[in-house]
Amino acid sequence: MLPELFFGYFAAAIIIFSLIVVTRRNPVHSVLFMLILFFHIAALYLFLDAEFLAAIQVIVYAGAILVLFLFVVLLLNLKEETLIRRYINQWPMGVVFAVGLFILMFISVRSFLAGPKGEISSVLTGQSNVTNLGTVLYTEYLFPFEIASLVLLVAIIGAIVLAKKRLKS
Amino acid sequence: MLIAGAFGLGALIVGSIFRPRRPYAEKLTPYESGNPPVGEPRYRFSVKFYIIAMLFVIFDVEAVFLYPWAVVFEKIGLYAFIEMIIFIVILFAGYIYAWRKDAFKWD
Repeated sequence: MLPELFFGYFAAAIIIFSLIVVTRRNPVHSVLFMLILFFHIAALYLFLDAEFLAAIQVIVYAGAILVLFLFVVLLLNLKEETLIRRYINQWPMGVVFAVGLFILMFISVRSFLAGPKGEISSVLTGQSNVTNLGTVLYTEYLFPFEIASLVLLVAIIGAIVLAKKRLKS
Repeated sequence: MLIAGAFGLGALIVGSIFRPRRPYAEKLTPYESGNPPVGEPRYRFSVKFYIIAMLFVIFDVEAVFLYPWAVVFEKIGLYAFIEMIIFIVILFAGYIYAWRKDAFKWD
């Protein structure tokens, strides 16, 4: 009973807050509702025993990505955006597509089967997910891990090259 | 937990029923330390904020990689230490680059 209640609340809240995010007129309000949305998603990760993923969700998504969203919203001058009429007139077509997509997803999700437990799942090794992840990431997947640092380096250089050039002109 | 929630919510609801509500123009303007508000609150922010935000995101992600590393450090030992040093050195190159390009300077 309690798990259903927990999941039900968070799933319903995620749907409701997603709708709020896309219907707000003020983009800053949208971003702030997205913050609440991200926290609810983190709670769902906790529900799946993925405590590390939940922490990442809060630290990276709610903490960092959202700040980026907020800055992009503030960078673009969206004053006119809040005044013009939103949503194009083809909403019946949109509804048809949304319902079709929902039916398609419903059918495909129903045919899902639970796979065998993974080799490094915390159920089998008896250790926490963070330990499992760390063990694999820093031994077997060492090379992708170092590649990740290069990707981040490219991101630093890209951000500075793009934004600094505009500052000088 | 239910009682605590009900108490918090109940106090707010009871308060909203009984408190007097007399709004007027001065009361409804945004509070700016006593000064009358000037201009629009929404204007174009400088792109400088964007660099800071972007750098924050990148080093935040770097810090995330440190968490599982710290957890399994005792298990893997020196090997893990060396690979993390490589990881940090590569990102430190980015940090030096940002520094030399004056990305941390405000003007």
